[in-house]
Amino acid sequence: MTPTLGHFLTVGAMLFALAVIGIFLNRKNIIVLLMAIELMLLAVNMNFVAFSHYLGDMHGQVFVFFILTVAAAESAIGLAILVLLFRNKSSIDAQALDTLQG
Amino acid sequence: MDAKTGFFYLFSVVLLYAAFRVISARNPVHAVLHLILAFSQASGLWFLLKAEFLAIVLVLVYLGAVMVLFLFVVMMLDIDVEGMRKGFWKHFPLAATVGALIALEMAAVLMGGFRSVEEPKVLAAMVDAAGNPVAFSNAKALGVLMYTRYLYPVEIAAVILLVAMIAAIALTLRSRKDSKAINPSEQIRVRAADRMQILKVAATQKAPEAAPVEAVAEEKKA
Repeated sequence: MTPTLGHFLTVGAMLFALAVIGIFLNRKNIIVLLMAIELMLLAVNMNFVAFSHYLGDMHGQVFVFFILTVAAAESAIGLAILVLLFRNKSSIDAQALDTLQG
Repeated sequence: MDAKTGFFYLFSVVLLYAAFRVISARNPVHAVLHLILAFSQASGLWFLLKAEFLAIVLVLVYLGAVMVLFLFVVMMLDIDVEGMRKGFWKHFPLAATVGALIALEMAAVLMGGFRSVEEPKVLAAMVDAAGNPVAFSNAKALGVLMYTRYLYPVEIAAVILLVAMIAAIALTLRSRKDSKAINPSEQIRVRAADRMQILKVAATQKAPEAAPVEAVAEEKKA
């Protein structure tokens, strides 16, 4: 079965679903949460590139470029916050972050 | 089954396996390494989709910079893996249900709607004035689009990266207490009065008065 647009979109959907499962499972580990978010962005980018190729429109690839930019900025700031969190709490457990709880 | 189909299934299967290992690996370093594998497979899929520029950017920027940053941070932190894994499988049934539901529904809709979209026909090769075919360059097409129509968004993206860099530095910068570094701004703003103090000192000083004789005598008695 030669790959069609549907095949690539399905791979993207399965990748997204795996990332969602990852967020469910690793509720405590903030670093794996960040990785799951990266996987979600990758799934979205996969859809953009597939549509761009099969429908012959370059604009989708430009959009992927911007998503990559924002994802890089997001992970840089996320990791900086993570380092700061570890410095102050000596743990990266998301459930230790209950200081704002009333 | 031609080579492209084979590579599609190879890349897809390895990509999904790597993604599964990212979310289930016990050791966070293994998770990051599998994330690197996942991104490299995605890059292969993008090559199949003829998005060469983005595929190479994914390898250079993502595998070369962002993933190494992840690896650095993971190795720097001392993570309590066992504490993190507590209750790991408790929500697995719910997570698996939700994930399977998402995947199946999206696959049904997407395969139903887009299975008929075939590989685009190769466009008639463009020829230049001399009649030679002009090769299509994905990077060139993307560059032309980005620096003409998307010029302002590209500049905004550059500003976003600058903001992210400054934010990351500002968040993690911590000056050491025992640092002997000088502060140039303070040095420039210094005034003579801060450094030198002029005191009026009399040229001659009165000699200290001799102690009274009675007091000395009492001290000797005691």
